[in-house]
Amino acid sequence: MLRYALKRLLSLILSLAVASLVIFLVVEVAPGDPASFMLGVNAQADTVAALKAELGLDQSKTARYLSWVAGMLGGDFGTSYTYRTPVAGMIADRMWVSLPLAFYALTLSTLIAFPAGIYAAARRGKAGDMAVMGATQLGVAVPNFWFAMMLVLIFAINLRWFGAGGFPGWEAGIWAGLHALTLPAIALALPQAAILTRVMRSALLDILDEDFMRTARAKGLTRRQALWRHGVRNALIPVLTIIGLQFSFLLAGAIIIEQVFYLPGLGRLVFQAISARDLIVVESVVMLLVFAVITVNFLVDLAYALVDPRLRSRA
Amino acid sequence: MTRNLILGAVLSSLVLLAAAVSFLWTPFDHTAMNIPAKLQTPNAQHWLGTDHFGRDLMSMIMVGARTSIAVALVAVGIGMGAGVPLGLTAAARKGSWLDEVIMRGNDLVFAFPSLVIAILITAVLGAGAINAIIAIGIFNIPVFARITRGAALSLWEREFILAARVAGKNAARISAEHILPNVTNLLIVQGTIQFSLGILAEAGLSYVGLGAQPPTPSWGRMLADAQTMVSFAPHLALVPGTAIILTVLGLNLLGDGLRDWLDPKLRMART
Repeated sequence: MLRYALKRLLSLILSLAVASLVIFLVVEVAPGDPASFMLGVNAQADTVAALKAELGLDQSKTARYLSWVAGMLGGDFGTSYTYRTPVAGMIADRMWVSLPLAFYALTLSTLIAFPAGIYAAARRGKAGDMAVMGATQLGVAVPNFWFAMMLVLIFAINLRWFGAGGFPGWEAGIWAGLHALTLPAIALALPQAAILTRVMRSALLDILDEDFMRTARAKGLTRRQALWRHGVRNALIPVLTIIGLQFSFLLAGAIIIEQVFYLPGLGRLVFQAISARDLIVVESVVMLLVFAVITVNFLVDLAYALVDPRLRSRA
Repeated sequence: MTRNLILGAVLSSLVLLAAAVSFLWTPFDHTAMNIPAKLQTPNAQHWLGTDHFGRDLMSMIMVGARTSIAVALVAVGIGMGAGVPLGLTAAARKGSWLDEVIMRGNDLVFAFPSLVIAILITAVLGAGAINAIIAIGIFNIPVFARITRGAALSLWEREFILAARVAGKNAARISAEHILPNVTNLLIVQGTIQFSLGILAEAGLSYVGLGAQPPTPSWGRMLADAQTMVSFAPHLALVPGTAIILTVLGLNLLGDGLRDWLDPKLRMART
């Protein structure tokens, strides 16, 4: 197990190193120099040069890459070109919107998918199963930002149960915050719930054909008892893997949903930074998201290997 | 033939047909503004209503279908064009450093949240349909590389491949002449699914303003325009939304249906 973990850790570090290099290079080829962008078209050449020196843009690409990476390792993400404040602080502020939103959506999607998947598997081929599977087909076909607009139309504009957007801040109280995040979380959760329901159902169906399920039935358990006592527990392994992967999807997917609801999260930060040519912010937020995804995948792999020893030898 | 396959084929052909017909005929000029006729709900003259400039939504949807299809199709082409040869190579050289490099590269692209990188690419190269295609296409490469490699690996164990090797064919010829034809079905099914994901991705990118730029109509941007008017003109959001949903649903059903239909084992189990 230790060997497996070390091997995976090595590949995690390698992935992060390559990812940081790719992100840096992609952003570096961006047209438009941040210094001249900030100062406007009428800026004097020496003013631009001075600002470049201040921002560290006059250094070589290698030096800038190394100082960016070294800074991040120490929790210093550099200073925003436009706001002149530490990027780490900006990200931390926005994180308090994006992370709770992703967790909220993940919780909702799990709460929908578990009962729906178990229900469909228990009624394989019957009307209930068909209805659930039809709903999931629709769920994966609906663009979540469109669904978000429909939620706003129904629950914010017509019924007035929720606000149409914005975020009061957690200072306004946990309930006010959660209330503001409810529609975005539902919009974000819908396609994921549809996928998770399908995974839950097919994981259960695979297990229903196993010998130990037949044994459970043979010793006198009803279908339902066998499903709950032996089926669901064994189906959890693939389902948990998908839940782990979904977390990263939700964090990244929140970018568009945040646009729909005008939420001050990481997504809006990225869009604002892109239009202001605030490259250091773009680089750092993207790197952070990639870091989150790669790390979550790593943890899921480890958890998987802990539960199922067969996987350790495959690495 | 399954119900999925028929329903999927019908929905997908309708969208293709709408896009094809739009080259020859649309009910109105999709760019023609007619302010007195603005924000009409669907009626006999404007079948799907009009937008805030009085443009005919039906015409915009038909021309917008071209954008969606073109972007998603080329993105699938990029994914297949690069991914399939990579997957074939990795399988032919299983266990070698080349296989290792290709598969680790795949894992890396998979690890990037695709939407974030699409946004990064379009932000760097500028918004537009071409850059949206590149952004979506790159993420199709590892998908095709992975499924091609997986399917090819099991084929390499088969006797007819052994026979080809005994006949003196090299790995490249075997991959092209024997492996590739046997993974085509799988690629068609996956291609359909990636196509539908491409339509969704294109809509998302144009919604946030990073996809096709005006005056090229696109479903995602129609939704973005509709957002501020949804309270008094919900049809502006309902029409493009329904177009996206029906297209994606149709392609997904087609993919599922094709998978069942092309897989003889499943077909026999049914009859």
